[in-house]
Amino acid sequence: MKVKVLCRNPDDYVRETTRDIQRVPRNYDPTLHPFEVPREYTRALNATKLERVFAKPFVASLDGHRDGISCITKHAKSLSTVISGACDGEVKLWNLPRQECLRTVQAHEGFVRGICSRFCGTSFFTVGDDKTIKQWNLEAPGYGVREEPINTILGKAVFTGIDHHQRESTFVTCGQTVDIWDEQRSSPIRSFSWGVDSFSCVRYNPVETELLASCASDRSIVLYDTRESAPLRKVIMQLRSNTLCWNPMEAYYFTCANEDYNLYTYDIRHLDVPVTVHMDHVSAVLDVDYSPTGREFVSASFDKTIRIFPKDKGHSREVYHTKRMQHVICVRWSADNKYVLSGSDEMNIRLWKANASEKLGLLSTREKAAAHYNKKLIEKFQHHPQVRRIARHRHLPGDILKQKREQREMKEARRRREQNVRKHSKPGSVPLLTEKEKHVAAVVE
Amino acid sequence: MAALVPEVLTSTHVEKMNKKKPPKRYWEETENTDQRRPEEEQGTAVQNQNKSTVKERSLKRKNGENLEKKDPFPGEAPIPHKQLQKFQRGEKYKVPAGARRRLKEAIISSEAMSELAQKQAARYDLLLPEDAGFLEGDEDEDTNTISQDDIADAVDITSGSKYFNLHLSQFGPYRLDYGRTGRHLLVGGKKGHVACIDWQSKDLMCEMNVMETVNDVKWLHTEAMFAVAQKRWLYIYDSKGLELHCVKKFNDVLRMQFLPYHFLLATASATGFLQYLDVSVGKEIAAVCTKMGRLDVMSQNPHNAVIHLGHPNGTVSLWSPNQKEPLVKMLCHRGAVRSLTVDKTGTYMVTSGLDRKLKVYDIRAFKPLHSCFLPAGASCLSLSQGGLLSAATGDIVQVYQNVLGSSPVSKPYMAHRLRGQIWGLAYCPFEDVLGIGHGEGFTSMIVPGAGEPNFDALDTNPFRSSKQRQEWEVKALLEKVQPELIGLDPGQLSKVDQASFEQRHKEQVEALGFDPLAKDKFKPKTKKKGRSSAGAIEKRKRKVAHEDQRDEIRQTVQERTERDKEQKEKSNEKKKLGNKSTLDRFRK
Repeated sequence: MKVKVLCRNPDDYVRETTRDIQRVPRNYDPTLHPFEVPREYTRALNATKLERVFAKPFVASLDGHRDGISCITKHAKSLSTVISGACDGEVKLWNLPRQECLRTVQAHEGFVRGICSRFCGTSFFTVGDDKTIKQWNLEAPGYGVREEPINTILGKAVFTGIDHHQRESTFVTCGQTVDIWDEQRSSPIRSFSWGVDSFSCVRYNPVETELLASCASDRSIVLYDTRESAPLRKVIMQLRSNTLCWNPMEAYYFTCANEDYNLYTYDIRHLDVPVTVHMDHVSAVLDVDYSPTGREFVSASFDKTIRIFPKDKGHSREVYHTKRMQHVICVRWSADNKYVLSGSDEMNIRLWKANASEKLGLLSTREKAAAHYNKKLIEKFQHHPQVRRIARHRHLPGDILKQKREQREMKEARRRREQNVRKHSKPGSVPLLTEKEKHVAAVVE
Repeated sequence: MAALVPEVLTSTHVEKMNKKKPPKRYWEETENTDQRRPEEEQGTAVQNQNKSTVKERSLKRKNGENLEKKDPFPGEAPIPHKQLQKFQRGEKYKVPAGARRRLKEAIISSEAMSELAQKQAARYDLLLPEDAGFLEGDEDEDTNTISQDDIADAVDITSGSKYFNLHLSQFGPYRLDYGRTGRHLLVGGKKGHVACIDWQSKDLMCEMNVMETVNDVKWLHTEAMFAVAQKRWLYIYDSKGLELHCVKKFNDVLRMQFLPYHFLLATASATGFLQYLDVSVGKEIAAVCTKMGRLDVMSQNPHNAVIHLGHPNGTVSLWSPNQKEPLVKMLCHRGAVRSLTVDKTGTYMVTSGLDRKLKVYDIRAFKPLHSCFLPAGASCLSLSQGGLLSAATGDIVQVYQNVLGSSPVSKPYMAHRLRGQIWGLAYCPFEDVLGIGHGEGFTSMIVPGAGEPNFDALDTNPFRSSKQRQEWEVKALLEKVQPELIGLDPGQLSKVDQASFEQRHKEQVEALGFDPLAKDKFKPKTKKKGRSSAGAIEKRKRKVAHEDQRDEIRQTVQERTERDKEQKEKSNEKKKLGNKSTLDRFRK
């Protein structure tokens, strides 16, 4: 007779000392793990709920300005520094981790219309309603020394925006024309205009650094090459675009914030139809900024909310609002891809988490692993109705909700009307237009 | 060091002295001996080459050149197909024709990931520490003639001590239950004696007499609580024997099953009710009136948490808490069903009936596989993790091997005679032990090969500390599966829901409370002024309403009239022909 009976030595399964970690022998046999799918589903449901429970995006409010914030810019080199300008001509430098103001400069009379920091991080430029461009040192002057700009340029007309070149000492301003300036000179080295009287925003392309895009008040977006004498081309839309932002990773895409409550992502190679129409705001969109990864962007709107859109999705994944936040004028995504800054009418700059339920601070390896696992679970079960319902839900203020419903109704009515018109006209005379095609009026070369 | 120095100096000399063969490597040997390898022919050729290149190699070594060693087993180690099959989950998903690029990429990458996971899990099998037990007789020795005493003598002392008897003749016969980790044993005598024991250390946790008939006993999710079905109500005690709850909603319970992943205690009562108690919140989840009379045969399918009930008319019915009707009803026996059990993969069900037959069913297809005739009939059945079937026939417990499969049952693998009627049978999880409750007490019997040798400590750990148990309890409660998810196929959730448009629309209508696609009925406006009254518009609309249908009707009517016309013409012609009589040919 040959016999063997299972007999486990407890020494192989129990830890030796209490200071030791517990032994956890595994066996991955599926028959020992029944209900794999229902258990995983339950875990995913829990993860989704917890994600919503921990979604507390508001981090801090930076108060100190005495008028509405008109523009914010990131420091080119330092993650912790932010420069903001207000409607009373005041410019403030902020330290984000300490949430305090480092320096206050009375830069202009009237609005500060635009700020940009120099690529080396030593100085920054401001433009204002007083028709001046001022260059300021980023380091504070010594005790008792007056705040003086390094350089002041007096222009002919009001400047509405400014952006600095990525590597060279040139910058671009916009106002009645788009002007390219050398830092050493007091007059523009080149100015572009294309039959319009004013521009609201101009931005350098972050990759193809000689390329420029600007939003004009005649509902057009104009592209320029600084090496050429004339503008490249423009696309005219149904309504005016307020600002635009280049995708920092795929720099042939840019997104513009439009007055018709939508944002449009364009491919500069095919300007005739936008790549994506981003809809969700219920009022004019005032500002837009891409995340440094180029996968998402944040938009600020007159409807007192900011929204975060994936770059290729038509609807937002996140909406941030507070009771006290008024019309959001400007918004920026921090360079570490973790925070979003918004400046609004009621004189506050707010710091938000880019990922609402993310835990701040150092994470242990197990915490990281758990977060990663939960993310994957939610992704796996995202289409299940229960999970989707919880993950999609966002609380909205009553008036925004009301406006949203109203607009949906209006849109539906417009669609129905168009359908009826089509039904009763000659076939082919009322063409079917997609949402993308509707908003572009013309492309001019 | 002194010995080394001259060697270094006279290296060339030593080389000349040692004109031996290079030391043989194990792979060279295997290449020689292993005849089944397909590379065998190549192998010998390589071998010859190896021999010829030995000199060259030594030369090269002398020259200090880097010698490239070839891997004799290139690529990753192969995994046996059977092992891979074990970790296969469902069928491989193929990229549908005409799929978009993004979908294609997603499918391909997820398939690659699952394949990697499957391979890694299959490879991990090599690291499992324990092997299953076995019992082999000598030549012309039947294993069923080997007595328990012999086995207990032959194995080591710890294993030998797993064969023991508890002589409890006063309050018998006994029902029993092992905890999920296999360390704790709960016995309940018909006449009220309830005891829980840490049976490996023979440590009595509590013992009491409830002074009432005890129908069944069951551990709940941990060893801290157990349920006892007494004469009238269901009671829940803690491991010290303290009465925690008396659940009066559950009366006359005869049999109980605990569903560990759902935290549900399913009870079958003498009044024909199947009830589910959620032990995590203490609520009755469902009460189903089976209308099948007294329910004293019950088992659970550990694969999908479906409850199987055996009935006096020979049927077995399958139940879930979500449905008032049985999921499946199958006629298994001529005569009452006496006992039934389901294997851990949820593939096979074994039943025994008053017709003294033992039948094995495939419960995925609901088809009988084979049946055999037991002269005494089986009153209790139990399947082990290793796939051994034990059947209580009279006062003998028989253990069968290889029952689950297509081959019919032959002779038993083991047999053991007890005193008194057998009342309860249960295999201890992760141990080679079969617990038998009978009229004279309790017997623990050694059945080599019954238990799963390797446990998963994150699921069930027999060696867990109290801290680990607490951690596990919290985790388990967090991922408690909702009772709504109990159904015949537990993997249903991961499959694509191809509900038809109609069904989805119906659900939408139910959710919204109205039909979003329905057309509103026209309501004429009560317009006072103007010429064009709403009624006139309505009349005009009615004239042109259903234009398409009218067209169709018009067309069909036209076709029909044409057809009728043709038929008429034909019949007329026929009539003309038919008027001729046989005498007409004589006409001039």
